[in-house]
Amino acid sequence: MFAAKTRLTTSEGIEFGFILASPLVRFVAWAIDFAATMALLSALRFAVIFISFFSSDFASAMVILLYFVVSVGYPIFCEWKFRGQTIGKKLLSLRVVDAEGFRLTFQQVFVRNITRMVDMLPLPYLVGGLVCFLSPRNQRLGDLAANTIVIRNVKVEEPVLSELGERHFNSLRHYPHLEARLRREVTPEEAALILNTLLRSSSLEATARIKIYGLLASHFRDIVQFPAEAVEGIPDEQYLKNIVDVLFRKSGAVKARETRVAK
Amino acid sequence: MIIDIAKFIETEKPYWQSLEKILSRMEQDHGASLSLEESRHLHYLYRRASSDLGKVGTFSSEPLTRHYLEALVARAHSEINEQRDTATKFSLLEFFRFTFPQTFRRQVNAFWIALILTVVGSLFGGAALYFDPASKESLVPFDHLLGNPTERVKLEEASNRSENAAHGTFSAYLMTHNTQVSITTFALGLTYGVGTIIMLFYNGVMLGSIIVDYVAHGQSVFLAGWLLPHGSVEIPCILIAGQAGLVLASALIGWGKRIPLSSRLRLIGKDLFVLMTGVALFLVWAGIVESFFSQYHYPVVPYSVKILFGSSQLGALVFYLYAAGRKREKEAN
Repeated sequence: MFAAKTRLTTSEGIEFGFILASPLVRFVAWAIDFAATMALLSALRFAVIFISFFSSDFASAMVILLYFVVSVGYPIFCEWKFRGQTIGKKLLSLRVVDAEGFRLTFQQVFVRNITRMVDMLPLPYLVGGLVCFLSPRNQRLGDLAANTIVIRNVKVEEPVLSELGERHFNSLRHYPHLEARLRREVTPEEAALILNTLLRSSSLEATARIKIYGLLASHFRDIVQFPAEAVEGIPDEQYLKNIVDVLFRKSGAVKARETRVAK
Repeated sequence: MIIDIAKFIETEKPYWQSLEKILSRMEQDHGASLSLEESRHLHYLYRRASSDLGKVGTFSSEPLTRHYLEALVARAHSEINEQRDTATKFSLLEFFRFTFPQTFRRQVNAFWIALILTVVGSLFGGAALYFDPASKESLVPFDHLLGNPTERVKLEEASNRSENAAHGTFSAYLMTHNTQVSITTFALGLTYGVGTIIMLFYNGVMLGSIIVDYVAHGQSVFLAGWLLPHGSVEIPCILIAGQAGLVLASALIGWGKRIPLSSRLRLIGKDLFVLMTGVALFLVWAGIVESFFSQYHYPVVPYSVKILFGSSQLGALVFYLYAAGRKREKEAN
């Protein structure tokens, strides 16, 4: 399933993007928050029992007020205090942000949460969920009113290159200037494509694998042409592994420099 | 153009970390302000990080760095380009003396529409009950108001409300219930105002039918004594919630405004917050009055006292919304 994205451009022309949280994940986050609210209310109700020994009327009033304050105030408090995150959103790595990339204001947090009851009509999140599915930026009605979006904070993991097998001699490493050009010319999408193809090689049929490797190798040979002696006699698969090695693995010189800096 | 990505990161990392440190400080303290020198330094670091993102953006093998820089630039962008007043120090005195009445007057046209809708609803409800008394059950959804008003008055005046009555519980119930009704009236503005209009009209229908029912049975004094003490605050609160809902609807529709939806909503965000916060705070007072004062009738509390209290409160509220904060408003203009 593809994650929906939204991109913003600053006045300086710099682009940055957010991955939008899907309606389903948001619903799960809401369910967690609902459970958290109920747990908090149960704890508070337990505390109020002590008050009822002195005045049952005051204790009942407290229960009514606490229920209202906690159920309405919990998301407002959390999203404001923890920069757009409630417990449910934190657990699922979601965050509420301004739709234009500005700072999330208290007014926005207030409006998006106070309008939640329209999104909850007539069943929990039926209206909100439908609007969210139809909205290009996965916004429920409250988000539209407050001009906010809910994003997913994705952790970018370092590729597990050990799965590609042991590191062998790489003839491309003899040409540092061409290595540098290769790193510059290859787009992030191309780099991800070649890496994922190699990591998933076991799930490809032999003939399909040979064909795909051939196409990819031919594409990357066109990007930067290494001297014939560096690539002669190397099968397509090994050539692609060498390319990944150049793109993702640090050379010995760089490692040595990093070690020096760390010391 | 970057030739050596590792060296580039090594050189730039201290600047990114410095920017991150300033941003974390700003984010933790919402009201923090920077000196001119610090602001300049922040802007310099932001431009440098933006430039670095531009360079790293096309570099294939550095997704982590690109991701980190995107997040950093996004955070810096939100802090630097934010022009709205994000101060969070809330002063209740300042709010009631200036912010709330000024905001109310700024959006007063929506209030007049809310008032007209309620009045039209009242006329409709009153007329419906007058011409078709059998429609009472449909028009008034409260069980205790369905009976004969004269009998209810007799019962209320005969009842001796003990000191142990659950006034606190009833008061809390009223506060939360009225706030929920107000929030719903406001939030239904998201339906391009249709829901808010229906809510205001329906409230008017109920009010009009109750008024006609009591007046027709010769219980006008009881009605005024019962409704005015809390209704003089509660009904204006529902109207103000409707006003906020109509302001929201107007921004969504955007008649005659050549600015994008997001900008329109940004412009009214603070007004919505102020109006609804004011409504919630006033409803706390209305709940206390309704539970501890409105429910006591003659001979415990003479109707004249209740009517005088309610009328004075309504007059004070109207004067407050009309006059409070005017002087500062004029000075600002």
